[in-house]
Amino acid sequence: MSPAAQSHGFLSPSGAEVAFVLVGLVTFGAAIVTVTTRQIVHAALWLVVALGGIAVEYLLLTAEFIAWVQVLIYVGSVVVLLLFGLLLTKAPIGRSPDADSGNRWAALLVAAASAAVLVWVVVDAFRATWIDLDGPAAGSAAVTGASLFRHWVLPFEALSVLLLAALVGAIALSRRQPPAAAAGSRAPDAAQEGGR
Amino acid sequence: MHLVFPAVLSMLLFCAGVYGVLARRNAILVLMAVELMLNAVNLNLVAFDVWLRDRLHSGQALTLFTIAVAAAEIGIGLAIVLMVYRGRGTSDVDRLRDTAEPGPGDQDAADGPADAPGTPAHRTEAHRTEASA
Repeated sequence: MSPAAQSHGFLSPSGAEVAFVLVGLVTFGAAIVTVTTRQIVHAALWLVVALGGIAVEYLLLTAEFIAWVQVLIYVGSVVVLLLFGLLLTKAPIGRSPDADSGNRWAALLVAAASAAVLVWVVVDAFRATWIDLDGPAAGSAAVTGASLFRHWVLPFEALSVLLLAALVGAIALSRRQPPAAAAGSRAPDAAQEGGR
Repeated sequence: MHLVFPAVLSMLLFCAGVYGVLARRNAILVLMAVELMLNAVNLNLVAFDVWLRDRLHSGQALTLFTIAVAAAEIGIGLAIVLMVYRGRGTSDVDRLRDTAEPGPGDQDAADGPADAPGTPAHRTEAHRTEASA
């Protein structure tokens, strides 16, 4: 262990570590409520708390630009899209008894086992690893933009093509069926879907 | 900051997402759990980028790409869920069993298709209409 690492310890946490753990507890609790609550709209609203908590964790890890992108994209648009989806599928307001399927206990077993294995492996691997948050800024908009447009231009442009394809695909999927196809059986409907 | 804190938080969020994907029945709730898993991966990427500090800032660039791909995924996913809801009147993933093999819980799984030559096509057809009703 290097002398720099010896100056740290679990028993003398810094302020950032204390804040990280507290916000992390809130985030994890909100995530648990999101996947267990029986009120479907409440799940979407608790998802806002979880995603906002992750944005605060990004800020604590000095990734400012990612934090604001997280707030803009996830809290601002993804949750709104999910709420619109709940609205359009006529999700029940209030407790719905069939929000969870019958294999809940098998799912709980799988999740708990994978959590135990992953946490054990991660703690064992990174027990003596410390992040130096005092170095040069790694997450400001200037640094992120420079690296994105200097080293990552081609993936960035490919991503714009992907977003365009997703936009066109979403429009094609959600377009109302023409009356001839809607009146027929599902077989010509499927053929028409494949031909688009 | 200790690297264990963000890594463990990310693992716990990922496993909460795994539980949600496996246990939820409404398709939109499943999509919410998928978002939790993607966010866990993003947190891991950011933490390791801050730790390693490579010259290309790979972690943060990949996080931005993951966020954009997740936005595209949620748009397409919701469009598919809405299309299924319009065609079937439900967004319950347990009832979308058109492509499922007949498992031990189904009533027509006890006798295989080989022992009764005339009936299997009729049976699977009846099963399909019952599943889609």
